[in-house]
Amino acid sequence: MIRALHRWPGLLALALITVLTLSGAALSVFPAAERLTAPQAATGLTVAALAARIQAVYPGVEQIRRAPSGRITAYWFDQGAPGAAVIDPATGQGVASADPNQTQRWLTNLHRSLFLGDGGRIAMAVGAVAMLVLSFSGAMLVARRAGGWRHWFAALRGPLAGRLHVEIARVAVVGLVLSSTTALWMTASTFDLLPSGGTAPALAVEVSGETGVALMMMPTLGDTPVADLRELSFPYPGDATDVFTLKTDRGSGYLDQGTGALLGWSDLTGWEHVFETIYMLHTGQGAATLGLVLGIMALGVPVMGGTGVLIWLAGRRGRPRIRGNLAAGRAETILLVGSEGGSTWGFAAALHAALSRAGQSVHAAPMSTLTPDRYTRARRIIVLAATYGNGDAPTSAKGFLDRLANLDRAPEAALAVLGFGDRSFPTYCAFAKAMSEAARAKGWSELLPLDTIDRQSSQDFARWGRTLGQALGIDLELAHQPGLPTTETLTLISRRDYGAEVQAPTAILRFALPNATLWQRLRGAGFARFTAGDLIGILPEGSPVPRLYSLASARRDGFVEIVVKKQPGGLCSGQLTALEPGQTVTAFLRRNPGFQPGKGRAPLILIGAGTGIGPLAGFVRGNTRHRPIHLFFGMRHPDSDFLYGEEMPIWQDDGRLARLVTAVSRGARPHYVQDALRGEAVEVARLIRDGARVMVCGGRDMAAGVAEALAEILAPTGLSPAVLKAEGRYVEDVY
Amino acid sequence: MKSLLATLALITALTLPGLAMARPVTLTTTLNSYGGDGAYLALYVTDASGAYMGSLWMAGTKSKYYEHLTDWYRATGGDTAQVNGITGASVGAGRSLEITLDLADALFDAGYTLHIDAAVEDMRDSPGEVAVPLTTTGAGMATTGRRYVASFAYDM
Repeated sequence: MIRALHRWPGLLALALITVLTLSGAALSVFPAAERLTAPQAATGLTVAALAARIQAVYPGVEQIRRAPSGRITAYWFDQGAPGAAVIDPATGQGVASADPNQTQRWLTNLHRSLFLGDGGRIAMAVGAVAMLVLSFSGAMLVARRAGGWRHWFAALRGPLAGRLHVEIARVAVVGLVLSSTTALWMTASTFDLLPSGGTAPALAVEVSGETGVALMMMPTLGDTPVADLRELSFPYPGDATDVFTLKTDRGSGYLDQGTGALLGWSDLTGWEHVFETIYMLHTGQGAATLGLVLGIMALGVPVMGGTGVLIWLAGRRGRPRIRGNLAAGRAETILLVGSEGGSTWGFAAALHAALSRAGQSVHAAPMSTLTPDRYTRARRIIVLAATYGNGDAPTSAKGFLDRLANLDRAPEAALAVLGFGDRSFPTYCAFAKAMSEAARAKGWSELLPLDTIDRQSSQDFARWGRTLGQALGIDLELAHQPGLPTTETLTLISRRDYGAEVQAPTAILRFALPNATLWQRLRGAGFARFTAGDLIGILPEGSPVPRLYSLASARRDGFVEIVVKKQPGGLCSGQLTALEPGQTVTAFLRRNPGFQPGKGRAPLILIGAGTGIGPLAGFVRGNTRHRPIHLFFGMRHPDSDFLYGEEMPIWQDDGRLARLVTAVSRGARPHYVQDALRGEAVEVARLIRDGARVMVCGGRDMAAGVAEALAEILAPTGLSPAVLKAEGRYVEDVY
Repeated sequence: MKSLLATLALITALTLPGLAMARPVTLTTTLNSYGGDGAYLALYVTDASGAYMGSLWMAGTKSKYYEHLTDWYRATGGDTAQVNGITGASVGAGRSLEITLDLADALFDAGYTLHIDAAVEDMRDSPGEVAVPLTTTGAGMATTGRRYVASFAYDM
């Protein structure tokens, strides 16, 4: 909801806001330039002395004005011809032209009305409203992303565009809120939507009817320092009924031209002070430095516009475009999609297209938008649900179960659930199963029983399509070959072999970093940005299904490294472990933000066995800030498969690795990594009590053993692996 | 081109005999190229003693700028009711403003004076830009303003 409130005003008002902020930033320079160039009055100079000086030079002087910058301008008539100049208060002489700066005038008109009069003013006010909405919705997004308002300036991760966007936003937002609020106030004032300020002072006393008092003899002018002056208007020559009009920072009044007496005065009202303060805050006139700061902050907006569009495009790419998607209220078939990485959307798009071709009216939406009230014509609801992690809802299905639970009753339309997952995980399609179970408990009628798609299988999907077609009484042919992310070719530069002697041939493979284009770097796409713990998908020859491996290196290491064990009969691992330097593989990058050590100084307990050491070694290698890392590593035999055995002593010596505990499983007394943990129970419990973060990488059985061991170790402290997981202090990358 | 029939503001302000006797008068104000934004102009009438009688036209719709039409503002206290219904757009540099009003015969040759106050953003305020007596013989005679008005004339 907040994201939509940020995205759409941003995209719609992008051009308008860009014009507003660029012109505003350019205008912010003028008050500062004027402040620097205007000749300033000496302290203590009175208005009387200044006016007398100017009158001596320009006898026909009519008006003297002082701008907040201190610039003094005089207007006069000389033999019927009007004249004006910027005055040097020391001499009373004109030193520069008083004509308005044409560039500033052009920019001002562009900034406030796009040269379109009142219509343009309203358009620009809409721009200011959009700016305000963007500021507030953006601030909420930043707070949410950082994990609360207190973490406003927390370090950022992710692609460059996103970081730049937030980096600028969290500094500039103050200025943008100030500028857009004051802009709206000024627009409201221009359109008379605000009560007007003060009134002109009344002439309290009749004029004397005399003329010709010397300026130096007028007490009020003699008491007023030039610093307070705003405007002094002279009476018409020859009109004895006219008066001097004086405006200062305190108020305005009339002075008799015969006696110099004050004929009437009215102080500035509080309301006028408010107006003037807001004017100053917006224009920077009288607050040139603030103006410049606001101008610089405004300059961030076009950059945020550009990066915002990039972020939006990146988000859209994850989700295929669905052509002819009907509104929720017009469709007989509702497709609800629960997708994490976007691949389930690909299946949804194929299903949407096939159903539409068969003459069905279809609406596709994320599962998180479940709103049966809006499905007024729906006769069936089809849910395509992936699973995230250990049975959690994928991103686009967040909140679905709560929404379902809060319904008064199950929707009328019958339900079909199709789960997407990987059968090699114990939590295969766990979310789809949980969701299907919740629907049954709610009494939701079933169109088809729960079915599942293993590893994006096209065959499974086509088979399910035929079943669905039968249920609908139509011929439904589903052909979907899931699209793959953009792949790169990686060239092997070196390999180190281990484990042959213990029947576990394993290799550390190091590939050259592929060249990233500037565009990729800006978007942080592909291999332009990765860290240890991210995943690499390798496409083996002879299979369209990619295999994922954890990365043991980060971009700044300058290479791509993985650890691969040859599986008996394994297609991909067989090809990889046979790879010689100079040979290539086809690969793509997939981020794995859930398995990162995160920022901070809290100790890290890294636990891994076999090839699971890969990402953990990558974390240690990148630990140049010497965060205390305690690594528990399980191997078969130290003489054969001690992966990274050469680097470990170096890392320990230079402080990147605080402690290494190994467990050896081959020998008289088999010792596993969970046994090593138990052996260090006191130390492990102390570290965790002190805020340590636990990261586990390796096989499923090892992870289960580690969880069990930790549960025992933590029992006396009242903590448990489940509690740590909930706090995000216990993460696993298990295969 | 501004055209309107009865100028209620003026006529109610001037409770004159012979009210029924009125004729259309065209006021033409042409500005010089002073190099600034659109000018605000207040056209109003004073009597022989210089007292404000009523307004004929206000060019410029934003009342927050009216204080820069100094004489008109002082005479009316900035009362926007004085120009209700007789307000139009500000006049750009080098442009003309032409308005046609029904003016009472009694306004002419009776010591009344027509004034124009002018003001331009970031430039000089020019109260008393134009001041011409309303006479039947003066009709069609062009006057030059002090700063912004290149020529002003009223035609009957």
